[in-house]
Amino acid sequence: MKVVNTLVKSIDGLGIMKGRKAYTDDFAEKDSLIVKVLRSPHPFAKIVKIDDLEAKKLMGIEMVLTHKDFKRIPFTRAGQGYPEPSPHDKFVLDEYVRYIGDEVLAVVGVSDEVCQKALDLIKVEYEVLNPILDFEIAKDNEIIIHPEPEIHEMFDIGFKPKRNIAASYGMEIGDVKKTLESCDYVIKETFYTQAQAHVMLEPHTVNARMDYMNRIVIFSATQTPFHVRRIISQGLEIPMSKIRVIKPRVGGGFGGKQAIHGEMLVAYVTYKTGKPAKMIYTRKEVFESTYSRHPMRIDISLGADKDGNLKVIDCLGLSDTGAYGEHALTVFMVTGSKVLPLYNKVDSVRFAGDIVYTNHTPAGAFRGYGAIQGNFALESAIDILCKKMKIDPIAFRQKNMMKEKETSPIFAIMGEGTAGTAMNMETCKLEECVERGMELIDWKNKYPRIETEDKIRSVGMAIAMQGSGIPYIDMGSATIKLNDDGFYNLMVGATEIGQGSDTVLTQIAAEELMTDVEKVIIYSSDTDLTPFDVGAYASSTTYVSGNAVKRAAKELKEQMLIEAARIFAVKVEDIDFNGETFKVDNTDKEMSLIDFSNQITYSHEQKQLQVTSSYVGHKSPPPFMAGFIEIEIDKETFEIDILNYVSVVDCGTTINPMLAKGQVDGAIIQGLGMAHFEDVIYTKNGKLISGDMLNYKIPTRLDVKKLTTVFVDSYEESGPFGAKSVGEIGIDTPPAALANAVDNALGIRIKDLPITSEKIFKEMRRKNNE
Amino acid sequence: MKINLKVNGIDKTFLIQKNEYLLDVLRRNDYPSVRRGCDNTSCGVCTVLLDGKPVPSCSVLAIRCENKIITTVEGIEKEAEKLAKHFGELGADQCGFCNPSMALTVYSLKLENKEANEEEIKNYLVGNLCRCTGYVAQHEAIKRYLGDES
Ligand code: FES
Ligand code: FES
Repeated sequence: MKVVNTLVKSIDGLGIMKGRKAYTDDFAEKDSLIVKVLRSPHPFAKIVKIDDLEAKKLMGIEMVLTHKDFKRIPFTRAGQGYPEPSPHDKFVLDEYVRYIGDEVLAVVGVSDEVCQKALDLIKVEYEVLNPILDFEIAKDNEIIIHPEPEIHEMFDIGFKPKRNIAASYGMEIGDVKKTLESCDYVIKETFYTQAQAHVMLEPHTVNARMDYMNRIVIFSATQTPFHVRRIISQGLEIPMSKIRVIKPRVGGGFGGKQAIHGEMLVAYVTYKTGKPAKMIYTRKEVFESTYSRHPMRIDISLGADKDGNLKVIDCLGLSDTGAYGEHALTVFMVTGSKVLPLYNKVDSVRFAGDIVYTNHTPAGAFRGYGAIQGNFALESAIDILCKKMKIDPIAFRQKNMMKEKETSPIFAIMGEGTAGTAMNMETCKLEECVERGMELIDWKNKYPRIETEDKIRSVGMAIAMQGSGIPYIDMGSATIKLNDDGFYNLMVGATEIGQGSDTVLTQIAAEELMTDVEKVIIYSSDTDLTPFDVGAYASSTTYVSGNAVKRAAKELKEQMLIEAARIFAVKVEDIDFNGETFKVDNTDKEMSLIDFSNQITYSHEQKQLQVTSSYVGHKSPPPFMAGFIEIEIDKETFEIDILNYVSVVDCGTTINPMLAKGQVDGAIIQGLGMAHFEDVIYTKNGKLISGDMLNYKIPTRLDVKKLTTVFVDSYEESGPFGAKSVGEIGIDTPPAALANAVDNALGIRIKDLPITSEKIFKEMRRKNNE
Repeated sequence: MKINLKVNGIDKTFLIQKNEYLLDVLRRNDYPSVRRGCDNTSCGVCTVLLDGKPVPSCSVLAIRCENKIITTVEGIEKEAEKLAKHFGELGADQCGFCNPSMALTVYSLKLENKEANEEEIKNYLVGNLCRCTGYVAQHEAIKRYLGDES
């Protein structure tokens, strides 16, 4: 391969570094109206009265929008396959507010300042209601968070709002109870994960204007432009043909932009007034009023026989979706479907639970999408079980984990929101990942711990899997066109959000067309110009959209050969094309691509050669990895120093090895953030204290000592040039690996995230008092 | 009111409000590389050089910049190109929202202390957060940039 799997630089790095206009707000109209939201100070309340008379009189205030201005059309903000597996439980504005930070009303004015003044003048009278701030008491609580009659599910997701249940799920293979009873060793543990925040550095941003054709053009920092167009059309009853959504460069997403946030209000204002409008979330709003990762409680039971065979996994979850149910069911299902198949030799496995409403900031999509929560629980529990059995945790994993060509019945049963798709693991290099990882971290010499006078060094590990798109649901497409002078345009709906997909997709096209990346000009994404793509989520872009690009490039090449055959008056089979020149076999007739493209553009039988192709996955080949952490703990303060994180990854072919490494490195640090740094704190009244970047600590460069990220050789037949996905897999292992390392160091088990020195301190005191 | 200042070597006069921050004035006047990522001076993506020193422009009142010299990444194009080359070669680019501010900060480090060691580099850049890259590739690229001739 000439372009794929080689060290190709990102195609956009130079212009980005130079600060060229690229991101959503760089394209806002100068005179945009500012849209500012008044946010609820109460976790749960009914709006009784709004006095906005004084505010409306202010010079420069265009309008004040309240729930009375909107028709009651419930929708979900989640940008996912349609019909969505998320409940339609949100209105643009509602007379109830359901968490601190929820939207009460919006003011629209000519400047930030005047909007702020208006907000200060508005008086809102609330009937304050008792909130539910503990997700473990939400189900069947007498307080009902969503009493409104209009809300509904699109199909059966177990939506029972009267019981505060946004969705629920259950499945069982074999008989969990019976198998547990027959086991020689059984453990039962409970784990908790927190509401991690995405903290992408570009806040949620949107702006809109009416164009000269009287259509609304929306620039949005989104992962899913086509879903945004559809949801706005449905929510505001604007014909879809009147809406154009452009996704410029996005400054990070991680799932946080897989939903609509300010788009609805801004679109409404522009459509209504004809004037450009914009909204940029403050960082506080990003924390408090977008969404976070779903916090979960996971009760897990494992059973094994005395020969070291894992026989049963029983996994019961409870997930907190906060005030609205975006991605509620699907995230929860991934907690099972992309975690439990890791141990595919069990006799019985169960996965069940509810996703409940509370009066907290909503939860939604976030890299890992449930898998990180499930992985923390399962991979912690495996080590706990091994300790009880007094067997080596790696040997136990090697014996029980998924191997190449094997499968798990879970794949067929569990999809995302629906039934799944059976598949064999055509590529699964997990064994190699574990072995290489052991060598790279020097496990033999370091496990379980090395003690010095004041420090303890230890290692811990975990294995993980993810998916590559959602089979039969995620669709990607690509249009490729040949231009005069012999270069190509590649138009994709796939959304570059910083993960490097524009570069990767360009490489795939260039490889298939046997040309250089400079000759393929990519454009993503614009609902008027680029073909449909579900967007950047579910680790789908390289695999699903990549396959679409490869297919389109192949078909364009075929068209080019047909035209060349016509020009030379020979059969297609007699033409040989090497990316630059067409040659007629066994003759000296030839024509360069440049001459060819000029000729069909300008001189003889002119035509535009252009192809659009689509791809829908028939399976979702999981990437796998093994993660190993080495830490040093101070014996007195229990401060943890992360010395090294070894990731050995099977993601099939790395289309761009450097960018793939960047995906893993970045995800590992985010995962370590969740494991160790990123504490989410609410007051007892439901106010988010960790709602800014001073109180919510993401890792800084001082926290990162060493990352050792390597890829094993692997070639997935169904992927473009052998590729699987790599965007999410890196985030899954750090929480369990760290918990296991702490146990290996100190003999204590932290079961709720994040694993902080304070928690270790408490646990040590408890242990010493025993 | 009006302020006079030099931006990227050119004398400019901007109309400002007296409580406006430099960040907002620059963005309004078409310096898109200067960005906002937070509300309380904790992310670094708004960094500019003020009389040669990196500062978060979100916490500098524009009114205090009378006669000051401001540099944004548009003013150090050649340096940005050099850094971008190393970023590209080491795969340190992701969303890039943090990149222009990083270019300014490492440029300033280069002027101050070209020989900076690992810890010094990290400490100098600690205020420039990045949520995408995990920092490692960036760090390698920055080391190469500091090691460049000239
Ligand atoms: S905008 Fe975050 S530090 Fe200035
Ligand atoms: S590359 Fe995205 S924040 Fe640094």
